[in-house]
Amino acid sequence: MTDAASPRHVPNRLQSPAARLLKSWEVLLLAVAVAIFIANSLASPYFLNAWNLSDATFNFTEKAMIAFAMALLIISGEIDLSVASIIALASTAMGAAVQMGAGTPELVVIGIVTGLLCGAFNGVLVTGLGLPSIVVTIGTMSLFRGISYIVLGDQAYRGYPSGFSYFGQGYVWWVISFEFVLFAVLAVIYGVLLHKTNFGRMVYAIGNNATGAAFSGIKVARVKFILFLLTGLMSGIAAICLTSRLGSTRPSIAFGWELEVVTMVVLGGVSILGGSGTIPGVVIAAFVMGLVTFGLGLLNVPGIVMSIFIGLLLIGVIALPRLWQKWRP
Amino acid sequence: MQVSLDPSHARPAPADAAPVLHLDGITKTFPGVKALSEVSLSLYPGQVTALVGENGAGKSTIVKTLTGILQPNAGTILLDGAPVTFPTAQHATDAGITAIHQETVLFDELTVAENIFIGHQPRTRFGLIDWAAMRTRAREILDRIDADLDPDMPLHELGIASKHLVAIARALSVDARVVIMDEPTAALSHKEIEELYELVERLKAEGRAILFISHKFDEIFRIADRYTVFRDGQHVGEGLIAEIDEGELVRLMVGRSVDQIFPPCEHLVGDEVLSVSGYSHPTEFQDVSFNLRKGEILGFYGLVGAGRSEVMQALFGVTKPSRGEIRIDGTAREIRSPSDAVDAGIVYVPEERGRQGAVIGLPIFQNVTLPSLAQTSRKGFLRLSEEFALTREYTERLDLRAASLDQDVGNLSGGNQQKVVIAKWLATKPRVIILDEPTKGIDIGSKAAVHAFMAELAAQGLAVIMVSSEIPEVLGMSDRVIVMREGLIAAELAGDDLTPETLVRHAAGIGA
Amino acid sequence: MTAFLKSREAILLGAIAVLLALIASRFPAFVEPSNLARVFTDTSPLIILALGQTVVILTRCIDLSVAANLALTGMVCAMLNAAMPGVPVAAILLLAVAMGAVMGAINGVMVWKLSIPPIVVTLGTMTIYRGLIFVISDGAWVNAHEMSPAFTGFPRFDILGLPMLAWIAILVAALFFVMIARTPLGRAFYAVGGNPGAAVYTGIDVGRTQFMAFVISGALAGLTGYLWVARYSVAYVDIAGGFELEVVAACVIGGISIAGGAGTILGTILGALFLGIVKNALPVVNISPFWQMAISGTAIIVAVAFNARSSRSKGRIILKSAEGHA
Repeated sequence: MTDAASPRHVPNRLQSPAARLLKSWEVLLLAVAVAIFIANSLASPYFLNAWNLSDATFNFTEKAMIAFAMALLIISGEIDLSVASIIALASTAMGAAVQMGAGTPELVVIGIVTGLLCGAFNGVLVTGLGLPSIVVTIGTMSLFRGISYIVLGDQAYRGYPSGFSYFGQGYVWWVISFEFVLFAVLAVIYGVLLHKTNFGRMVYAIGNNATGAAFSGIKVARVKFILFLLTGLMSGIAAICLTSRLGSTRPSIAFGWELEVVTMVVLGGVSILGGSGTIPGVVIAAFVMGLVTFGLGLLNVPGIVMSIFIGLLLIGVIALPRLWQKWRP
Repeated sequence: MQVSLDPSHARPAPADAAPVLHLDGITKTFPGVKALSEVSLSLYPGQVTALVGENGAGKSTIVKTLTGILQPNAGTILLDGAPVTFPTAQHATDAGITAIHQETVLFDELTVAENIFIGHQPRTRFGLIDWAAMRTRAREILDRIDADLDPDMPLHELGIASKHLVAIARALSVDARVVIMDEPTAALSHKEIEELYELVERLKAEGRAILFISHKFDEIFRIADRYTVFRDGQHVGEGLIAEIDEGELVRLMVGRSVDQIFPPCEHLVGDEVLSVSGYSHPTEFQDVSFNLRKGEILGFYGLVGAGRSEVMQALFGVTKPSRGEIRIDGTAREIRSPSDAVDAGIVYVPEERGRQGAVIGLPIFQNVTLPSLAQTSRKGFLRLSEEFALTREYTERLDLRAASLDQDVGNLSGGNQQKVVIAKWLATKPRVIILDEPTKGIDIGSKAAVHAFMAELAAQGLAVIMVSSEIPEVLGMSDRVIVMREGLIAAELAGDDLTPETLVRHAAGIGA
Repeated sequence: MTAFLKSREAILLGAIAVLLALIASRFPAFVEPSNLARVFTDTSPLIILALGQTVVILTRCIDLSVAANLALTGMVCAMLNAAMPGVPVAAILLLAVAMGAVMGAINGVMVWKLSIPPIVVTLGTMTIYRGLIFVISDGAWVNAHEMSPAFTGFPRFDILGLPMLAWIAILVAALFFVMIARTPLGRAFYAVGGNPGAAVYTGIDVGRTQFMAFVISGALAGLTGYLWVARYSVAYVDIAGGFELEVVAACVIGGISIAGGAGTILGTILGALFLGIVKNALPVVNISPFWQMAISGTAIIVAVAFNARSSRSKGRIILKSAEGHA
């Protein structure tokens, strides 16, 4: 140990936050995003078009909203694989309400409340009964979407009120969509929550050492419960946007999104083992995934093949630094 | 069994005896640390060699090197004069080297017999595991060490001491020529320690070489034939036990002569701060009652597993007692969680520093301010300048040595991590501080600093509870001592009653 | 014996018996041997995959890529058969197992050599393997009329009243019983999952053991891939979509601890059978098959809650008076 030889005066910091930032994952990821942007604009003449770019944001805005809450949850050492199923259930609840004559305000409330209830259900099972979140949410993933299937079978809900379409199809100004504004606002809210508040600090502490955090007087179960609640809430909000955008609800809505959300979070530099990661990282990751999907779409690459790139991206960004370390001692 | 302490009974090896195992020039480096630097070590058949050294001297590293867990960067291992290497644990076992490790390296879901034989199970002709043979041989080995255990019992149904017997049986399951015992008596009771000594004698008689690692000098002088001393990863001396005394051995260990000096402990004891009465837990402790005054250091002594830490963790709200009352300044307080305890002014510096104390991965200042965020923040928003100021105030008082305050606590030495944990609690301005084995695993220099600081805390009017298993520490630091045995308070000692003999007698339940 | 009666396998067996009795009380035809054989055959792919998943979970890992592996191998086998009907079934079987094992090995090597968390690795390979099916097939289906009779006939080949598919599940189960109980590798799965730190001290290579688990899981997924497309006589991109969750569900219901190191082969088989019976009984008792997803989700949650209750760690028993009744 070298610390015994260190000077008695201990500085606050050795590295300025700016110097630390330069060496960070986020900067590397930003470089990747810029490279993809340039590659896209060279590959397709349709890429650098304001409306096309605006359209492209819909590829990630809804998923990114969930990814913000998921990032906090994963940093705390838990995970929620039921998010896409919460969307299905919330969308089904809204669709059922439409059949009973509900208007837009009621639909928004129903979407949000369904999300919160699902999050609370996960939270109670994990923090109240002490069950592992990965299995619990694999279970609720089947359960929540399963309820949608029971209700809808192979049918679909349509006929959403005209005002409801604003959330997924409306534009605030010129090419700036409502969803994009919501995404930006939520990014700021979650960034502040994680990086600037006591709550965020507790999330990091729990993720690094839950026992040590509990022994420091932090109410670990309460913090984790709130995080499940937030993840449910975000899934509910995403359900409103997605349902509004599609204008219909099928039980297969948002199928497989949980994996894309987790990929976005991990790509953003959040450790799947908990304890580290940032919201700016997740924001950049959202853009990277959106750009990749959009660029490949312009080149007429089918969606399923894009998923290969997403999978390679997920493994590659984690494997490459480790390979680098292995071969360069 | 009685073994004389007279050194003349020890059997020194004949001058021409050849070591069965000889290590020469072994060097092992970790990133930034040289754990072993060209050390040598010789083990002789039929003899016990004690390996002595402070924490961090390199004892564990040499054990891991000998058992194939770690590979040295340089040096040779000679077995019967022929060079060997141990790329994996299996190679070391095959070469006849076996070890009883410090931590129990066993598997809860497997049976006793499997735990003994895992890695080298008896096989049938077809290469399949021969369960019948495994049971029979397990039975034989268990009988050899007088362990009355069912080979088919799953390990998780056994207690700590029985698990230790399984670990010993495991070490004996290979026909080992070299048996390594890394602090084998740490978790054992007096009776079990006696049985272990008998076993060592038997292994010696069978001609096996034994490497015995221990911190207990009485033990070393009782069963060892030879000694080897490591200091800071270097070999500093070896010889026959019969030709050295305790003082000389300590001088070799620390490189200077040390008398453990404790700060004066006559404190100005004030009003009662904490009173605990009839405190009970369904399985861990019963009827624990005591009180604590301002400026007092109350020692808790007992054997490992006597229930001391369990009482402290209940006081801190980690576990739930079934009955009993806690009063702080005369007011009854309900403590259901650590945050309740902190609110009530009770803080706890746990024994398991890495798991329960420090949040490794977070920087120093974030560790220190974790329970004080309400104080350093404004309306729930962090204020880093306040956090650094608070951290600086307490870490400077504790003379923390670190590169910077935003360094990860995981990169600090054990002693400095302990200072961070203590600083964290002092920043909450507690009434009662509980220190559970505060100097365990800390080098002698840091130990003295922690002791001095404890005395200072008491002098400033804090009420201190110190759980310790080290008799000199308990005697040197405490104003009063409560001795626990099997979950009950066995005695409360102070003044002239407080002697090493009374402590040991009450802790072990000998006489009355 | 009393230990068995209290065990989770006995409870599960009881649950299955009650379930069958309930169905039989209204629809006796369901428990006729021929129908039970049909249910067992239908559950065979789940049993085979769940056994592979079991060893993976025992070593504290998870393999979410099994269904994608199955589908990709199945597509390759079907396309090979369509292109070269002359290739014998034995060769196709060999190819399926080898291809599956290689895909498992890719997962395993990343977990072993690069220490990437298994959930990340298999999440990634799951999307990659699935995407590759589209790349090689161009999204086209391989239909029954393009497959040779030998190819589609093999899983249905009848021996003593049971089709080959069921016999393969029985054979795999038998091999697993021997491997788990009687080979050092089988015991190593428990050791690695139960206490990885200690496993190193006993000469067991943790990463290599996890690698082996992934290879086994992959090989079985590959084997099932051929059997699946041959049995249903069709191969397309989305076959067995989401099946990995059913596989994990069978393990969890069977009592395999997600924390590793605990659970039995019998438990997994019973867990798979439980799900298989529910699935086959739904149309019989006139419940919409759309209920199946919610039922298996509920079963997972109940099972994991039950697992946690039975394995909740107790504190140390220090008091002499508490020793008897704790």
